[in-house]
Amino acid sequence: MPITNIIALIPALPLFSFLILVLFGEKLSRKVVGWIGAGSVGVAALLTVLVGINFIKTLPEVKSYSVVVWQWLHVGNLTANIAFSLDSLSLVFIFVITFVGFLIHIYSIGFMSKDEGFTRFFAYTNLFVSSMLILVLADNILLMYLGWEGVGLCSYLLIGFWYKEPANGAAARKAFIITRIGDTAMIIGIFILFVSFGSFNIQEIMQLASAKWAVGSSLAMITAALLLGGALGKSAQLPLQTWLPDAMAGPSPVSALIHAATMVTAGVYLIARTNVLFSLAPIVQTVIAIIGALTLLIAGFSALAQDDLKRILAYSTISQIGYMFLALGVGAYSAAIFHFMIHAFFKALLFLAAGVVILTLNEEHDIFKMGGLRKKMPVVFWTFLIGSASLSALPLVTSGFYSKDAILWYSYSSNTGGIVLWLAGIVGAFLTTLYSFRMIFITFFGEAKTKPTFHAGKLMTIPLIVLAFLSVVGGFIELPSSMGNFHLFSNLVNNTLPEVVIKNVENYEWLFQLISAAIALSGIYLAYRFYYKKPTYIESFNHSKLNHFFEKGFGFDNVYDVVFVKPIVWLAEIDKKDIFDQLNISISKLAIWGNHFLSFAQNGKLKWYLLSFTIGIALILTLMINK
Amino acid sequence: MDIFFYIAAVVAIISTIMAISERNAIHSLLFLILSFLGISVVFYLLDAPFIAALEVIIYAGAIMVLFIFVSMMLNIGLEKEQEKKWLKPRMWILPSILAAILFVDLILALRNTPIIVVEKQIIQPKQVGISLFSTYLLAVEIAGILLMAGVIGAYHLGSQKKKVLHRFLEKE
Amino acid sequence: MLTIPVESQLLFAGILFFLGLISLLVRRNLIFMLMSIEIMFNSAGLVFIIASRHWNQPDGQVMFIFILAVAAVEVAIGLALILQVYRHFKTLDVNEINKLKD
Repeated sequence: MPITNIIALIPALPLFSFLILVLFGEKLSRKVVGWIGAGSVGVAALLTVLVGINFIKTLPEVKSYSVVVWQWLHVGNLTANIAFSLDSLSLVFIFVITFVGFLIHIYSIGFMSKDEGFTRFFAYTNLFVSSMLILVLADNILLMYLGWEGVGLCSYLLIGFWYKEPANGAAARKAFIITRIGDTAMIIGIFILFVSFGSFNIQEIMQLASAKWAVGSSLAMITAALLLGGALGKSAQLPLQTWLPDAMAGPSPVSALIHAATMVTAGVYLIARTNVLFSLAPIVQTVIAIIGALTLLIAGFSALAQDDLKRILAYSTISQIGYMFLALGVGAYSAAIFHFMIHAFFKALLFLAAGVVILTLNEEHDIFKMGGLRKKMPVVFWTFLIGSASLSALPLVTSGFYSKDAILWYSYSSNTGGIVLWLAGIVGAFLTTLYSFRMIFITFFGEAKTKPTFHAGKLMTIPLIVLAFLSVVGGFIELPSSMGNFHLFSNLVNNTLPEVVIKNVENYEWLFQLISAAIALSGIYLAYRFYYKKPTYIESFNHSKLNHFFEKGFGFDNVYDVVFVKPIVWLAEIDKKDIFDQLNISISKLAIWGNHFLSFAQNGKLKWYLLSFTIGIALILTLMINK
Repeated sequence: MDIFFYIAAVVAIISTIMAISERNAIHSLLFLILSFLGISVVFYLLDAPFIAALEVIIYAGAIMVLFIFVSMMLNIGLEKEQEKKWLKPRMWILPSILAAILFVDLILALRNTPIIVVEKQIIQPKQVGISLFSTYLLAVEIAGILLMAGVIGAYHLGSQKKKVLHRFLEKE
Repeated sequence: MLTIPVESQLLFAGILFFLGLISLLVRRNLIFMLMSIEIMFNSAGLVFIIASRHWNQPDGQVMFIFILAVAAVEVAIGLALILQVYRHFKTLDVNEINKLKD
C-alpha cells in the first residue's frame, strides 16, 4: 500500500532537513533555513493529515498500518528492524507533534531571528521532531528506545542552546543525568522483556506477556516498575521531577516544544503503549496513580510560590502530566491521551506567549517586575488568557474543562480509583486555577513596571491565535455523557487502548462537573482578591518559610544534592590524582629513577669502565673457583 | 739450569714493577724493554729459541721503539711528569686488591686442576715453520692481511688534516 | 731440560699479567695504558709458550707468533689514534677524554 510508504516519510522528512541543515546550513541564508526547518515539519503535518484521513476511513477493520523500512539488527534470534506501525494511539501523537511542532517552528523563525545560532536551532529542533516521531511510530521497543535517547539528546542540546552561559550548560546536564537514571531503568526492563519473550516487537511482546505471565507475577511487576522508572524520568514526575524547572534555561520555543507538548509526554505514551504489562501488574498501576496524584499536588503548591514566569509554567506542566499519570493509573487511557492533546495545545500556547512577553520586556523573567501589559500587548493578553482559562478548566467554554473533568470523573469512578484520588485531583485543580490567574493578574494587570521594547511580528502572533482557537474548540470532540455524549475521540483511541472499567455507581458525573466548575470559579475569584485587589493580605505569606519551601520545589533539589551529589563529588575529589593512573605512572617513574641511579656508571670515563671489567672478572672467577 | 729461570723471572718482575711505577715516560719504557729481555731469556730456557729471538726483534725492538718515538713526538717529557700528583699511593690500593683477588683465584685454580706430566722434547723451529705453513696456512695469510690493514689504517689515522683556519685564528 | 713445575711457570706469567692490570687501572696517561696492555699481551703469550712446551706441540709457538703480529698492529693503530686524540683534546689525560657518555 502506498500509504504505508508515506508513514515512513513522516519521521524521515525532519531527519533529512536536519542533515541538510547540519551539512549546508552555514552557507544558506536565514530565509532558506527557516523554510527548510519549518517546512519539513509542515510537510510532515500535511502527510499526517493525509494518512490520518485514510486510516480513519478504514476503521474499524484495519486497526494498524505497518511498514518495514529496512533491517537494523539481526544477530542470532535478536532481530530489530526500522519499522513503523501506525494505530490510533500513535496517530493522535503524530498529529499533535507535527501540527503543534509546525506552529512552534513558525514562531521560532520570528523568535530566533536575531540570534546567531539560528541554523543550529532549526537543525536541533528538526532532529528532535524526527526522534519523537520515531519514538511514537516505532514498531519495536528497541527503535522506540532509539527515539527515546534521541529526544533526550536533543533536549540536552536545546536546553543548553545558549551555551556561553555556564548556568545553561549545568541545567542541560542536570536534565540529561536525571532522565538518564530513568533511561537505565527502562533499558533493563527492555532486556527483561527480550530475555523472557525473545522479541522486540511491541505487539508480539504484549501478546506473549498476556499469555505467559500471570496477573501479579513478580516478573511482570519488576518489568512494569522498570518501564515506569523510564517514564518517570522523561515525564518529570516524582521523584525525578527536579530537572524540568531548571530546563527553562532554554529558549521559549524549546520549552514549548519539548517541555510542554511532546518530550515530557513520552512517558505517557510508553505506559499507554505497554498497557498490557501494567494491567498484569496492578500494584504498579496503582503506584502510577499515586505518583500522579502526589506530583500534581506538589507541583501545584510549588507553582504558587514561583516568581519566574517560565518556572510557573514548568511546574504547571509537571502538575498536568501528573493528571495524565493519574488517569493512566486508574485505567482511563483515553482520558489521559485526550488530556495530553488538549494540554499540548494550551501549554504550548502559554509558553509561546510567555516567550513573547519575555522578549518584549527585554529578557525580564520576574513577574513582579512585569505588569500592565494588557493594554500594550492585546493579542498576547487575550491568547494568554484563553490558555490560562483552558489550563484552569474553565467550565464549558474551554477544552481543558472537558479533558480534565473526564480525568477527575474517572479517578473516582474507575474500578481502581477512589475518593482520595479524586480529592487530590480537585485540590490540584483549585491550585491550578489559583496559580494561573495569579500569573495573569500580576503580569498583565496593574501598573507597568518595565517598559516594552519589542513588538512581536505576525510570525509570532499567528501561531498564538491558532493555538488559542484550538484550546477553545478542541474539547468539543469529546463531550461527556451528561452533555451530549459525543465520544469521537475516545472511539478513535479505544481501537487500540482498553476502555476504562467503571465501578458500579450511579452516574454522578454531572455532580462532579458542578463541583469542579465551582472550584474553578472560586479559584479565579480568590486570585482576583489576593493578587489584584488587595495584595497586602498575603504579603506576610509571601515572605514566610512555607512559601520558601514551596518555591524550592519542596526541597527535592537540596535532598538530592546532599544524598547523591556531594558524596560523588567527594569521591571524585579523593581520586583526583586517579589511583589507577598513579599505578601506571609509578612504573614509568621507577624506570626513570633506575635511569638516574644507573646512569652515573656511564660517565665516559675510561677508568671506570676498566675498573668495572676487573671487578666483574674478579667476581666471576671467584664464584667459579668453588665449583 | 733452573736457577737461570728464577733469576730471569725476578729480573723481569722487578723491571716491570719499575716500569709501571716510574713517572718519567722514557724511563718507564726503557724498563719495559728490560723486562721483555728477561722474558726472552725465559723463552729460551723453555726450549723456544726462535720465539726468544722474535720477542727481542719484534716486541722489544719494534713495538717498544715505536712507543718511544711517539712519546718523544708528543713530548711526554719530564716537566709534565713531575706535575703528576696523579700517581698517589692511595690510587694503587683498589687495583692491588683486585689483582690480589684474581691472583689468589689463579693459585687456587692451579692447585685444584690435576696437571698431567708428559715426556718433554725440544721443539725445533723447523717444526714450527712446517706447522705454520701447513696446518695454519690460512691464519698466516689472514695475519698478513691484518698487517696490511694496520699499515693503511695507521697511515690515514696519523696524517694531519688540512687546516682550514688561518694560523692566526687557530689559537684557541 | 727445566724441571721447574708448570705451576710456578704459570704463576710467573700470572704475576706479570696482574702487574699489567694494576698499571692499566692506575695510570692516567693514555700512552701508559697502552703500554700496560702490551705487558698483558706479553704475559698471555708466555702462557702459550709454557703450554706448548708442556704438551710437546708446536701450536703454542705458532700462536705466540700470531699474538705478536696482532700486538704490533694494535700498537701501530693505537698510537695513531692517540696522536689524533692528542691533537683534538690537547691532553692525554684519560679522565678528560670522556665525550662518550650520555
